[in-house]
Amino acid sequence: MYRYDEYDHALVQARVAQFRDQVARRLNGELSEEEFLPLRLQNGLYLQKHAYMLRVAIPYGTLSSRQLRTLAQIAEQFDRGYGHFTTRQNIQFNWIELEQVPDILQLLADNEMHAIQTSGNCVRNITTEAFAGVAADELLDPRPLAEILRQWSTVNPEFLFLPRKFKIAISSSERDRAAVRTHDIGLYLYLGDDGEKLLRVMVGGGLGRTPILNQTLREDLPWRHLLTYVEAVLRVYNRHGRRDNKYKARIKILVKALGIEAFAREVEQEWEQIRDGAAELTLAEYLRVAAGFSPPEYEEVHAIDPEYGAWLARDPAFACWVQTSVRPHKVAGYASVVISTKPGAAAPPGDVTAEQMQAVAELAERYGFAEIRVAHEQNLVLPDIRKHDLYALWRALSAQGLATPNIGLLTDLIACPGGDYCNLASTRSLPVAKAIQERFDNLDFLHDLGPLSLNISGCVNACGHHHIGNIGILGLDKNGEEYFQITIGGDQGRDSALGRVIGRAFRADEVPDAIERLLAVYLEYREVEEPFVDCVQRLGLAPFKEGVYAEPATAEVSA
Amino acid sequence: MNNTLGYRQGKACILTDDVWERVNEDDASGSLEYAVLDLHCWLEQLEAGRLQPETTGVLLGPDDEPEVLVPWIDRLALVALNFPRFMDGRAYSQASLLRTRLGYQGDLRAVGDVLRDQLVLMRHCGFTSFCIRADKSSTEALKGLSGFDQIYARSVASPEPLYRRRERQS
Repeated sequence: MYRYDEYDHALVQARVAQFRDQVARRLNGELSEEEFLPLRLQNGLYLQKHAYMLRVAIPYGTLSSRQLRTLAQIAEQFDRGYGHFTTRQNIQFNWIELEQVPDILQLLADNEMHAIQTSGNCVRNITTEAFAGVAADELLDPRPLAEILRQWSTVNPEFLFLPRKFKIAISSSERDRAAVRTHDIGLYLYLGDDGEKLLRVMVGGGLGRTPILNQTLREDLPWRHLLTYVEAVLRVYNRHGRRDNKYKARIKILVKALGIEAFAREVEQEWEQIRDGAAELTLAEYLRVAAGFSPPEYEEVHAIDPEYGAWLARDPAFACWVQTSVRPHKVAGYASVVISTKPGAAAPPGDVTAEQMQAVAELAERYGFAEIRVAHEQNLVLPDIRKHDLYALWRALSAQGLATPNIGLLTDLIACPGGDYCNLASTRSLPVAKAIQERFDNLDFLHDLGPLSLNISGCVNACGHHHIGNIGILGLDKNGEEYFQITIGGDQGRDSALGRVIGRAFRADEVPDAIERLLAVYLEYREVEEPFVDCVQRLGLAPFKEGVYAEPATAEVSA
Repeated sequence: MNNTLGYRQGKACILTDDVWERVNEDDASGSLEYAVLDLHCWLEQLEAGRLQPETTGVLLGPDDEPEVLVPWIDRLALVALNFPRFMDGRAYSQASLLRTRLGYQGDLRAVGDVLRDQLVLMRHCGFTSFCIRADKSSTEALKGLSGFDQIYARSVASPEPLYRRRERQS
């Protein structure tokens, strides 16, 4: 994986010193909270309900074993023994003291990490898919361009005070696993006829109060123009994006107001002025960064491992885990493994203890190439595991409670931290997540249901990405009481779609019943092998509405 | 202007001898030498033949288009850009455009909610003087112009991105 060079080191070290000074000035009153706010946000520090929360950047979701151990150390030494992996492939620590933040940032910097721009109205962590570089269906490795974008956007002086946050994702696989359609800028990387790397640039996506999938701004952009093109988009946005209303400040609102054609004209006009200049990428730079992502030294192993085959036949629990958690690898005899951070009701989705982090770091060294990925579904991935080692790995993960065979199933749900932690939340999403996981804890039933994503957001800011869940649950405050609205039919990837509301909202304790009735409709009407979301697509909302609301005994309340 | 930082012989310092003064529209009937006027007022007074771009500065708000200054861009001695709130980053783009596209060479001044911790960013985008918010110490703010300012991307102050600088060195 990419290693810091002297410039990267110098920058993060200087940043720690700068923030140490800013914290000291905040503590002695020289800086008001208002002045300090954007400084701390741009260093990943939020003030939550009970304490500060520190969000550490995990660029494009890639960690070394050493880095994961550092995160474990932070969890132990400065937090309550756990961290929370997020839908932006980052990690959050929820119980942080302001005075200790400079020391934490120092520890991160010493291990080639930082918390820069994980919050604030600036370009956030660049994301890509967790299987970058190893997926069997990948066209090109998106990580070099993701790292180039990371560097370009880090402390880019013109774009640190944008109207609102700005999220960029890049993907290059048949199935887009990075949810690029819901990003402010989504990039899709592919090869042109002459073998040149090209980009489709999509702009104006986002969830939140106004969920919109992004629209194509430009096709076939040669990769060398990546930075100038993104610069042109950001300059148009910085100058013309709305600043009068926080909820209308994302680029999606500007794109919508102007229309994609007019917006594209503005961008092209700006781009014509800067293209082919000093800011264009060079091949030398691409190759320098790409060298950091050259494949590890895979062993030549046979595609079929008899011992692995034997364990599959002998141990049904192992076979069940393999079915949900193991993904094809582009190198014969290898596989990628998804580690579920969602054991059910036992722990909130995405929460991982320091001990578990240590164990995963150790297993990544023993069976992989000391590399771990964070998936935007909040799970962890070991990208390079020999099939021969899968059984031993599974046993080791099971011992740590990290082998729940529910990847891609209903209980692999995504939930924001909600009102238990977050100041913005209008409802508590975690108890609802827990109630659903308790209700649907029968593995046979879950496997019979098949692929199904369920996303919960505790408020309209949509951090749980409820709009793109096959089933989405949105928490709403109604006169001080928590209600939950259900949407169905949302999807991510190549078939991205926004879910539609099925009807009136439910009280928290009614949600599991409502989901059960919803699933009953699906089970009744589905065709062979038809996933839930396809079934919704085919049938429309009506039968689901009927099934969910026809039940006479429920105490529904008008939304 | 009081409480203003700038450069003398390439060194950042407090400008104790700064000649410029903000002048409101209502007070624009007197001498306009070394006055700094809002754009619309500046244009009116220019049309009335009451000012020379060489000796009367112009202040742009974040909504103003820097392009309107093109006819006088080589004659202007001072362009000021207003930060109504330091969280409002439009002036960074205006500054970059004035320097790189419009070729403005004179003094480019940040006014308004101008604070120590943003000065390095402003300098990168082409600002050359900084009128620090009145309630803040300019001596303290001066520290904001020293220290580390390495970035990866290109900026006005550093016209080549890091990779080009590095490639040239090696």
